[in-house]
Amino acid sequence: MKLERRRLLVAGIAASVGAVFGAGAVAQAKEKVIRVTARKFAFLPREIRLTKGEPVVLEFVTADVVMGFNAPDFNVRAEIIPGQVSRLRLVPDKTGTFVFLCDIFCGEGHEGMSGQIHVVA
Amino acid sequence: MRQSIHRRQFLKLAGLGGVVFASGLAGGAKFARAGQDDFYFVQLSDTHWGFNGPLVNPDAGGTLQKAVAAVNALSFEPDFIVFTGDLTHTTDDPKERRRRLAEFRDIVKGLRNKNLRFMPGEHDAALDNGQAWKEFFGPSFYSFDHKGVHFVALDNVSDPAARIGEEQLAWLAADLGKQAADARIVVFAHRPLFDLYPQWDWATRDGAKAIDLLMPHKNVTVFYGHIHQEHHQMTGHIAHHSAKSLIFPLPVPGSQPKREPIRWDPAQPYRGLGFRGVDAEVQKAEYEITEYPVRKA
Repeated sequence: MKLERRRLLVAGIAASVGAVFGAGAVAQAKEKVIRVTARKFAFLPREIRLTKGEPVVLEFVTADVVMGFNAPDFNVRAEIIPGQVSRLRLVPDKTGTFVFLCDIFCGEGHEGMSGQIHVVA
Repeated sequence: MRQSIHRRQFLKLAGLGGVVFASGLAGGAKFARAGQDDFYFVQLSDTHWGFNGPLVNPDAGGTLQKAVAAVNALSFEPDFIVFTGDLTHTTDDPKERRRRLAEFRDIVKGLRNKNLRFMPGEHDAALDNGQAWKEFFGPSFYSFDHKGVHFVALDNVSDPAARIGEEQLAWLAADLGKQAADARIVVFAHRPLFDLYPQWDWATRDGAKAIDLLMPHKNVTVFYGHIHQEHHQMTGHIAHHSAKSLIFPLPVPGSQPKREPIRWDPAQPYRGLGFRGVDAEVQKAEYEITEYPVRKA
């Protein structure tokens, strides 16, 4: 019973770390950090400028409701939870302009809640 | 069968002949079951009752009624009519949400055919996990059998994160487990089950799990809404057909930077809006889709 409880506890901690930081999201020293605020119904900043191959940690906060950050072209997403800081490490592997959007339906203006990632060489 | 042939001949003579889509791997014609017969159903989608945007649809308060009249005027009585979600336009106000749902329900009572099937869209259900929608229309996912076809209505919208969820997936697995491998299966959903264009949120987060459950079945066809335009795509042997909206059309996926409604053209009112009739030929597992405008040009 004790062993089972310990296993559950470890699984719970692992799950909560995954939820907050996302896979591979632990910031390394010297990595650029960009804070993104999500509010109804916009991301600030709306435009994120990155350099190909240069790691960045995106930090998300919101004071409103649960939202999502999704950048489908990089196959990354994060849950943005009021009162928490969510982090997502991204190493852009291509140049160009790419859409990011809120992927958790958060209200009347949800469908316009998007922005762009510009990646240069 | 005879009625179906007459219906198809009539549609062709009227210049309305649809496009025939074969379902999956049906080929021969050994499939024959009690209660099997060809039939006709109508799909309406994305009516967004309560939407207000004069530049996009200056007749937002009258388009649904026109669609009801157009369905009532069809030359052939459908066996049933399905609404594949976004019955109402979203609102943050729970009272207003219920008011819109009630008005929608009252308007569609004007349909002559009373065999109606409803499904939620994210505009109806995502802000309260489907609570208000269920008060009006009952369970948000279900299955039923009709003349040799097994219909499954999936809810991929009540979770604001656009997940079907493990509970519903377990239900789907159990439901499909009762069907033969060659059963004729039609799935209704609001969002596409596959990644059509995630950049515009045209996807279901765990849609691949539903497709995995459907794959062992040879004859599966999916009818959905959400993207406000006709679109046809295969995932393996499974055919997916999206329907037009009854409020405003949306651009072709990826054709412009933002997913914004196409503006109303006074020279071509109601352009891009419509509903469809589906002629199901059960033995061949073929579905002939005929698109109808809201109002004749």
